Amino acid sequence: MSGVLTPEVLIVGGGPAGLTAAARLAGRVRGEVLVLDRERQAGGIPRHSDHLGYGMRDLRTFISGPAYARRLVRAAESSGAAIRTQAMVTGWDADGNAQVTSPQGRFGIRAKAIVLATGARERPRTARLIPGDRPGGVYTTGQLQNLVHLHHGLPGHRAVVVGGELVSWSAVLTLREAGTQTVLLTTTYPSPESYAAFNLGGRLALRVPVATRTRVVRIMGRPRVEAVEIEDLGSGDRRVVECDTVVFTGDWIPDHELARQAGIELDDATRGPLTDTALRTSRPGVFAAGNLLHPVDTADVAALDGRHVADQVIAWLAGNRPDAPAVRLRAQEPFRWVAPGLLRPGDPAPSRRRLLLWPEALVRVPRVTVTQGGRVIGMRRLPWPASPGRVFRVPWSLLAAADPAGGDVTIGLYRGRAGNAG
Amino acid sequence: MNTGPQPVADVAIIGAGVVGSAIARELAGFELSVTLLEARADVGDGTSKANTAILHTGFDAKPGTLESRLVRRGYRLLSDYAHQAGIPVEHTGALLVAWDVDELAALPALKAKAEANGYDHCEIVDAAEVYRQIPDLGTGALGGLTVPDESIICTWTTSLALATDARLRGADLLLGHKVRAVSREGGITTVRCDAGDVAARWVINAAGLGCDTVDRLFGYDRFHVTPRRGELLVFDKLARPLVNRIVLPVPTARGKGVLVSPTIYGNIMLGPTAEDLDDRTATGTSEAGFDFLLSKGRKLMPRLLGEEVTASYAGLRAAIDAGDYLIEADTGQQYLLVGGIRSTGLTSAMAVGEYVRDLLADAGLRLAPCAVIPPAPRMPNIGEAFPRPYQDPAKIGSDPEYGRVVCFCERVTAGEIRDACRSPIPPADLSGLRRRTRAMNGRCQGFYCAAEVGALFERGRPAHREASEQRKVLA
Repeated sequence: MSGVLTPEVLIVGGGPAGLTAAARLAGRVRGEVLVLDRERQAGGIPRHSDHLGYGMRDLRTFISGPAYARRLVRAAESSGAAIRTQAMVTGWDADGNAQVTSPQGRFGIRAKAIVLATGARERPRTARLIPGDRPGGVYTTGQLQNLVHLHHGLPGHRAVVVGGELVSWSAVLTLREAGTQTVLLTTTYPSPESYAAFNLGGRLALRVPVATRTRVVRIMGRPRVEAVEIEDLGSGDRRVVECDTVVFTGDWIPDHELARQAGIELDDATRGPLTDTALRTSRPGVFAAGNLLHPVDTADVAALDGRHVADQVIAWLAGNRPDAPAVRLRAQEPFRWVAPGLLRPGDPAPSRRRLLLWPEALVRVPRVTVTQGGRVIGMRRLPWPASPGRVFRVPWSLLAAADPAGGDVTIGLYRGRAGNAG
Repeated sequence: MNTGPQPVADVAIIGAGVVGSAIARELAGFELSVTLLEARADVGDGTSKANTAILHTGFDAKPGTLESRLVRRGYRLLSDYAHQAGIPVEHTGALLVAWDVDELAALPALKAKAEANGYDHCEIVDAAEVYRQIPDLGTGALGGLTVPDESIICTWTTSLALATDARLRGADLLLGHKVRAVSREGGITTVRCDAGDVAARWVINAAGLGCDTVDRLFGYDRFHVTPRRGELLVFDKLARPLVNRIVLPVPTARGKGVLVSPTIYGNIMLGPTAEDLDDRTATGTSEAGFDFLLSKGRKLMPRLLGEEVTASYAGLRAAIDAGDYLIEADTGQQYLLVGGIRSTGLTSAMAVGEYVRDLLADAGLRLAPCAVIPPAPRMPNIGEAFPRPYQDPAKIGSDPEYGRVVCFCERVTAGEIRDACRSPIPPADLSGLRRRTRAMNGRCQGFYCAAEVGALFERGRPAHREASEQRKVLA
């Protein structure tokens, strides 16, 4: 097969965001809605996260990752979307057509609208610049879960899990299922409340010792890992922990290669495409959704992005073109990023009427401030904590007073007289 | 298993790095029985694999040395051979950058040195030209020296091509043969290895980091190898537009210093460090090494540090106390040392092969060219600048496995993994597969693909294939 396919909408990536967008688009647009996924099966990362916790916000259910992935695939297919697996977009040609490699051939795709839903991945050990030997037995969660669930490979017996994000506990669950004891979980964050959602399970049911404010400074062993050296960030003390498995978890980075190849503007903080609340990128007709934009939120939130972007794609296909200039949303300490990053008059509210932010410190009772031009234009105390390792959600209504011509809008936390929020 | 008397090889070569493989290939073009021994489980798996992978003009060698001569000759030989064998080479050119007045003042002497080495294409350029050539270079460059013919090459494919060619020409390759002892009797040397002994009339020591140890087995004590660790950082392919040529520092007494260079796989490399060690197995990376490289990188090219690091490596160069290659024949013992081959050995390897051939002829070894020499093997291309299977509609049309991308970051297909497993020198492990295909060498380092690639490798391995064929026969 060669030549050029011409679907109405091309969705790159068949994870929760892409599949949900496809399910909503198919039947509501005139031509074909085509989802490409480079893996053997569509479904994205939930395919191999074989534990409960999926589908709460989008499907109002509570199922395992693989069951959730299957359900999303069925929904997209039954609505009439075409899903092609083992089909990888490798780049763009001079006309902006997607270039695709698949066992059926090399071909191009010219679509009226494109949704990038390529997701995010965990930074591996190399990107985190952890020195030492380069033995086997060092994984990311994605690699570990792939080995255990898709290929039934077995890791070792004693694992150190690096990271204090939700996914870190997912790694612990996978290790437990594979018969591997997690002898230590390290996190650079100062308090175990940081991962409150899993704290109970983590500390009681899983009995995992947690080393807070700790980083891994060296990997030791050949040909398989024998130990890691860790450092207490407070005292600088170092010690060696014996293990035969190390799992680097979290520290997500969007899979932004295709976006960058297309010349799409990125958000410096998320490293994903910069979009407005309609999830338009800087390239007309190209949208982005899911954890490519906010590394990372849960799968159901990514899926709801897909639902949101579908409506915006339909508006685009109907000829709706934004013309007003946008103002930039910026995150202030203790937040690393905010998504979406652009606010344009006349645009819809973001998905779920929430802005997503990534906190880097624990604030139990956060008072969110929105400032523009040196003036506070919104402030509200939110009843949920800002907790590192988890996305923090801010109601859209806090931006109601933003002036579309007033320059950058900054979202941060109120620092009271004590200099400490909450 | 053959338990009878082992046949005697005319020549045994110890070490299947790039140099040993080139020597084996050269000698196997004559009516000689050649055995290539390698301690490790794969060819090119020692010092050769972590080379900075530059095809050197030899512009900065010490004029008049054997190294200068062989690098110059090797550059031409390997350029031609790369073309025949499909070894990826990119003629990027290099630019030496002077960062202070002393370095700037050193440029004319470097240009004169290049000319003394027979290379007269260097030009001294001013700072404006430096920034025209490399707009993303950090501030403060005062001037530079161009070396238009410095090139980048795939070091992995080079070793593999030469060793494969040697095999096609009839040489025996014995992997997993670490030399423990030698003995000589009746004009025949027995090389003793745990995996079995090898008898040969001539023995060539191309053992790289181990060549002083092997040299002592022949009764010599003439030099000492100091492993010099070089750590490298490899940056994401998305950084590739920042650097389109090799950016070299002005050389100092401790080697060539830290460079920034495109890699043949489409990444950017920063390194190497230079750290003398005692431990010949210390190929781990270090905090100090990373800190040093990052501080250098921040000055050389600040924007580079905004990109992700894809991989880090540490390689050991076989530094010796002499200032030149040490290639000497001992006619009495019929033993030939190829020592002190530094990082330039990638470029010079084929010329070293010729030089060794001539030394052996001078020592009385009869060299009759083979009547028929098979053509050079055509190696699978793993260079980023040349077409790869995933981009080739005809190849995918003839075999859909070339359309099944399994390593997404590096776009490696199932067909290429299968081919590597069926090649004349198949990979012994996943690291060997990485060097043959690039699988898992990309930015995700296996997040997506490691399980799939591992499964394909296990299924494709010769041992597994034989077993399943036997099962078919039995069924």
